[in-house]
Amino acid sequence: MSWHTIGTVYAKELRDTLRDRRTLISMIVVPTLFMPVLIFGMGKAASVIVSKAKAEVPRVMVIGGGDSPGIRTELEKTGKFRLEKALPNWKKLIADKRIRAAVEIPEGFEKALGEGAAPAVTLYDYQGEMKSGLAVEQLRGFFTGLRERATTRLLSERGLPATIAHPFEVKQENVAPPEKVGGNLLGGIIPYFIIFLCLLGAMYPAMDLSAGEKERGTMETLLCCPAARTDIVMGKFLVVLTGSLFAVLSSLASLAATLLLAAASMRGAGGDGAGMLSIDPVGILGVLAMIVPVAVLFSAVLFAIALFAKSLKEAQSYLTPITFLVIVPVAIGVLPGIDLNLRLALIPILNISLVCKEMLSGVWHWGYIGVIFGSTALYAGLALALCVKMFRSEGVIFRT
Amino acid sequence: MIEANLLTKVFRDGKRGEIRGADSVSFRVEPGTIYGLLGANGAGKTTTLRMLGTLLRPTSGSAKVAGHDVVAEPDLVRANIGFLAASTALYARLTAREMIAYFGRLNGLDEPSLRRRIGILSEELDMGDFLDRRCDKLSTGMKQKTSIARTLVHDPQVMIFDEPTLGLDVMTARSIVQFVRECRGRGKTVIYSTHVMSEAEKLCDVIGIIHEGALRAEGTLAELKARTGEADLEECFVKIVVPEGGK
Repeated sequence: MSWHTIGTVYAKELRDTLRDRRTLISMIVVPTLFMPVLIFGMGKAASVIVSKAKAEVPRVMVIGGGDSPGIRTELEKTGKFRLEKALPNWKKLIADKRIRAAVEIPEGFEKALGEGAAPAVTLYDYQGEMKSGLAVEQLRGFFTGLRERATTRLLSERGLPATIAHPFEVKQENVAPPEKVGGNLLGGIIPYFIIFLCLLGAMYPAMDLSAGEKERGTMETLLCCPAARTDIVMGKFLVVLTGSLFAVLSSLASLAATLLLAAASMRGAGGDGAGMLSIDPVGILGVLAMIVPVAVLFSAVLFAIALFAKSLKEAQSYLTPITFLVIVPVAIGVLPGIDLNLRLALIPILNISLVCKEMLSGVWHWGYIGVIFGSTALYAGLALALCVKMFRSEGVIFRT
Repeated sequence: MIEANLLTKVFRDGKRGEIRGADSVSFRVEPGTIYGLLGANGAGKTTTLRMLGTLLRPTSGSAKVAGHDVVAEPDLVRANIGFLAASTALYARLTAREMIAYFGRLNGLDEPSLRRRIGILSEELDMGDFLDRRCDKLSTGMKQKTSIARTLVHDPQVMIFDEPTLGLDVMTARSIVQFVRECRGRGKTVIYSTHVMSEAEKLCDVIGIIHEGALRAEGTLAELKARTGEADLEECFVKIVVPEGGK
């Protein structure tokens, strides 16, 4: 191998790549904007939607309860509900979102409550519908309060203290430092996006430097020069790898800036969740180290596949399914309850997703880290060898 | 010098089976001469030239280019050739200067030599006005000049032209033909493939007629005319590639 030739090819391809708008978008623009848009944009949108839903006074239908007027009056007095007249098609009305929920008060409820033996009140909602869920939550709060007041009154009438119904309290306290909490909360989702952006960053350069060259007719021009095929493919591969790593670095830098801004804005607003947004920097460095062999693997696999294609369009049709192949194991890694073991440590992509999640939450299983780094590096090496072999094959380069 | 000896290339196609792209092609090209490889589309011209340029590996047979074997020493062969084809395009996002410099570096030129060569080529080909313009902004003629400069940057002994005037306007095609003549004038070994009879007639010292992968006839224009008893090259060509009574 000639490092001078590899360097010459790398310098030219990098310059060429940096002049391509599509590659710049996938390498820099998307990774940089992805995290702020996700965290601020989606966060803001979600908070607006939830606030609006919470501000709404839900329409609630009271079914039955004709002999319990006091309950109805108390419900009205809270000001939290707009009570609707009972109609037989109340289930359809909930489904159509004309009312948010319904409460069925059984006959003789109020009288039985006075005696301490009231039958069950049934709440009806439309599961999965946020506003319906909020309405039922408020109804449950109302009836829980009603039950507690009744309990206190009944105990008092019998000369017993109210605490008899709650002889002790259960308390919960967090011992994890804020950055570990942040790691646990964000640890699942960060590897997901980092791995995805690592793939995205490699995708356009891989297509452009292989199938793109064939399509534009420059591949033959290049192959006429005396440079060894291995040197040419290594120079090109290193540019694809640069694209992948640059996308990861852009997204991590953007993530760090976004989290700092988000935490500052939460502190400014007097919120107490700022600590949740801090992540252990050592964990981030660990993720960065583990992502290097993944970037090599992605770059080599994408480049090898794109090399086989005759045109950019054909390359795109081959590489799109790869995106899904990557997303699935990463998504599995994000699921709660899946713990790293030796078998999972050998499954590419899934292993990285799991180990990154652990590192961000402050857990360092050095044995697994070694196995994952080694196995990913091995897969990456094999993929790179395949790249070189394909580039030397005239059946691939001059495929018709 | 170029020496091809029974060069054969067999392609394997899933649907069509074995295809002989070139079939026992033998010829010799001396320095300071232009050898024309004349044939219809799909006759085997590009396959033959790609084997000489080491882009394709011969299935059998051998060839030497500038004294180097195309199979055993492909890098040395490529270091001694300039390959210009209709299919050898330019990098659209590089300037003409960057394009020439890139190939100069890949051919092992150091920076002072590269600057000197670019200066000489720019002057010879009158490229001063567009040397620092991106290739995708160049006219067809400017692109051809840049391609020529790219093939000449390392001053190769052997020039391989594969239908270099394909799709070009008359004026640009003329400048290419003129450039090929200049290569001969400088003592370079030139092989030139075309399916344009007039080009072969005007340009080539020796013409090889290739059809269905095989070299059917070879000689000077006068020799081909004498052999077929025809007055012009087109008639000679038809008589050679279409046997008596054939279509």
